[in-house]
Amino acid sequence: MSLRIIVLAKQVPDTRNVGKDAMKEDGTVNRAALPAIFNPEDLNALEQALRLKDTHPGSTVTLLTMGPGRAAEIIREGLYRGADGGYLLTDRAFAGADTLATSYALATAIKKIQDYDVIIGGRQAIDGDTAQVGPQVAEKLGLTQITYAEEILNVDEENRRITVKRHIDGGVETVEGPLPIVITVNGSAAPCRPRNAKLVQKYKRALGKQEKAPAPACHPDGTPALKYAELYETRPYLNIPEWSVADVNGDLKQCGLSGSPTKVKSIQNIVFQAKESKTLTSSDKDIEDLIVELLANHTIG
Amino acid sequence: MANFYLDNPSLKHHLHHPLMERIVELKERGFADKDKYDYAPQDFEDAMDSYEKVLEIVGEICGDIIAPNAESVDHEGPSVANGRVTYAKGTQENLDAVRKAGLMGIAMPRRYDGLNFPIVPYIMAADMVSRADAGFENLWGLQDCAETLYEFGSEDQRQRYIPRVCAGETMSMDLTEPDAGSDLQSVMLKATFSEADNCWYLNGVKRFITNGDADIHLVLARSEEGTHDGRGLSMFIYDKRNGGVNVRRIENKMGIKGSPTCELVFKNAKAELCGDRKLGLIKYVMALMNGARLGIMAQAVGLSEAAYREGYAYALDRKQFGKAIIQFPAIYEMLSLMRAKADASRAMLYETARFVDVYKALDDISKERKLTPEERQELKKYSKLADAFTPMGKGMTTEFANQNAYDAIQIHGGSGFMKDYTCERLYRDARITNIYEGTTQLQVVAAIRHVTTGTYLNQLHEYDKIEYNEALKPLQSRLQAMTSKYAELVDAVAGTKDTEYIDFQARRLVEAGAHCVFGYLLLQDANKDESYRRSAEVYINYGEAEIDKIYTFINKFNREDLVYYKH
Repeated sequence: MSLRIIVLAKQVPDTRNVGKDAMKEDGTVNRAALPAIFNPEDLNALEQALRLKDTHPGSTVTLLTMGPGRAAEIIREGLYRGADGGYLLTDRAFAGADTLATSYALATAIKKIQDYDVIIGGRQAIDGDTAQVGPQVAEKLGLTQITYAEEILNVDEENRRITVKRHIDGGVETVEGPLPIVITVNGSAAPCRPRNAKLVQKYKRALGKQEKAPAPACHPDGTPALKYAELYETRPYLNIPEWSVADVNGDLKQCGLSGSPTKVKSIQNIVFQAKESKTLTSSDKDIEDLIVELLANHTIG
Repeated sequence: MANFYLDNPSLKHHLHHPLMERIVELKERGFADKDKYDYAPQDFEDAMDSYEKVLEIVGEICGDIIAPNAESVDHEGPSVANGRVTYAKGTQENLDAVRKAGLMGIAMPRRYDGLNFPIVPYIMAADMVSRADAGFENLWGLQDCAETLYEFGSEDQRQRYIPRVCAGETMSMDLTEPDAGSDLQSVMLKATFSEADNCWYLNGVKRFITNGDADIHLVLARSEEGTHDGRGLSMFIYDKRNGGVNVRRIENKMGIKGSPTCELVFKNAKAELCGDRKLGLIKYVMALMNGARLGIMAQAVGLSEAAYREGYAYALDRKQFGKAIIQFPAIYEMLSLMRAKADASRAMLYETARFVDVYKALDDISKERKLTPEERQELKKYSKLADAFTPMGKGMTTEFANQNAYDAIQIHGGSGFMKDYTCERLYRDARITNIYEGTTQLQVVAAIRHVTTGTYLNQLHEYDKIEYNEALKPLQSRLQAMTSKYAELVDAVAGTKDTEYIDFQARRLVEAGAHCVFGYLLLQDANKDESYRRSAEVYINYGEAEIDKIYTFINKFNREDLVYYKH
């Protein structure tokens, strides 16, 4: 008995520790200034997938991510922890996608993968904080969804049912749903396991097509020779598959910018004025003012 | 979110030493595994890259899991019920993380599911683990037992046990007994062979056994009835699956509280002989102890590093008299000396680890084929250096770890005496390092041989032949002078041929030699990387004055005054 699990994961700019150049003039995220990381809640989702694989031997975990060539890093991070493979959806036509176009692209790729029992991703990505992609993928595939999951408690393969503990306001609830299903995982779920030493050594050279042949612009002296090139012939698992719009039979109109109805109405540049610390003298008045302030904002009392 | 590998550039510095090329070549047998195992390296550069990537994993686990758990592990500790040990919650989490990361059996060959790493990266992991939580290093370091099993066990035993260790089962070495501590020759645990069952049975008591409820034990026991010395002892493997050993109690210790120290009762515990009868103590345990001593050195280095960082962070943060206390000479001197001792200890740790690596790899190869005369020379040379550097390093670095932990508290002032700060745990944890696996006094006993036979002096002369930068020449000439004083003292003391007197001065001689060795090692570090210059300067100032002190003491000492010391 085994499960076919697809993990949806995204490479995001690390918006948790932003500096002053984190935003561009036009108010969009300055991706170049921020390190690209594995979206934190997608790591929680990956852990749930790997646990299912641990408890259901023979299961496979496949990562699916969309992004530029360097987003193949997400697939590698998955492989390092025990995933079996992954696909990178990458095409200029996918660029500029809002949540609708993203979920369209992911759903078409999932249809191409065909075989799946559980599709699992993080609740939301830290660059957009929409929490829309997972639910939209479920809708497009016509599947049941369980959001805000904290733990997959059981999968009954015979009756094709899954039991999940999910986070709700003020507590948790346990729900059950049919397979196949889409699950989005909350940050309060178990943290992801560390990379595995053997797998890192096995997969450290796994590359997508674009990474293997970096754009000449990055290397003015010409493309450097790919190291250990022969390994990519003898070890197929080192080639991370890349899929274009055409590869997943996508409709160009529904992809990327042209498939994104979201319009940004306005952007407000908010700069925190208050300093993080406040110096008080030992005068009675300062102390009293502080007490009043803390009472007013309900920090005390 | 800290990574203990990436936030400490000195690890990478020590990993990339010229001798590593030879070590990797030997350990990988010309990269014979590259087409057999998908995780084996293709060449030297690839191997080094893999070590770094795996050390990054260790660094992340140390920073994100082991270090944050250290405080609760220290408070909670393990417990024992119905003869079985339960680890503290944090300890269990740490173990699960290192198991999942596939970090057990790092140094074991790939055919037993290990990573086939040399000792240097393995011990580097231990260095980081100790900085995170010295008590967890004890569990981590027991991987060494697998090394002993590999070296002396039969092929069948290797195949049955080593893959289990690589999969995460823990080990213990059961040596000490109530009446056999430093003096292991007095071990009494009885091993009897049953003709009927065709196996050995163990009966007796072991005490102070680290991780005594381990899955697989190496046990030192008396197999030769009627004997009373080391020649009657053999080594056995006890598998917990067979039962027969219970934990009677666990010690309530001053430090390394996360590591369960057990009293074990063996009641007809089924066991199998490891290696040959009668070689248990004289050969196998000696090998085991040498590996373990290197592990304790790593523990000391990690503690020294942690103590420095705690002291430094506090000194930057704490303001008195209108400024950060780090600006006061009394404080910054303490800190710079802590830094220098930590750097010197680390330099000694990896120098020793490299020596061990070369000779162990050659020794392993010698079981596969006959070594060439050059290789035999090489084996002899490095085996001797490892034998000399291990006790000197263990003795000195563990004393430094204690001194650094002591100074870290001093920098914290009254706050350091409270349980609120990490430094008090470091102080308690460090205190065992210069006691177990042979006290400093016993390290001196092992090292003095190499003082009198000139192993250290010859190596110091080798170090002096290295070409140093112009800017470092003044330090080099001071080291030359220190070395001459050391040699002079050795001649003076050893020349008396009075064993008791030599023993009396032994620690001073070993320390004098160590100050020269540490000074030269830091000089080499500074030669490669300017950032070690400070530690080289500070250490040599310190070591030079220490040698002068020793020089005065020995030269002014009247041998007849020994009577005032005797009790």
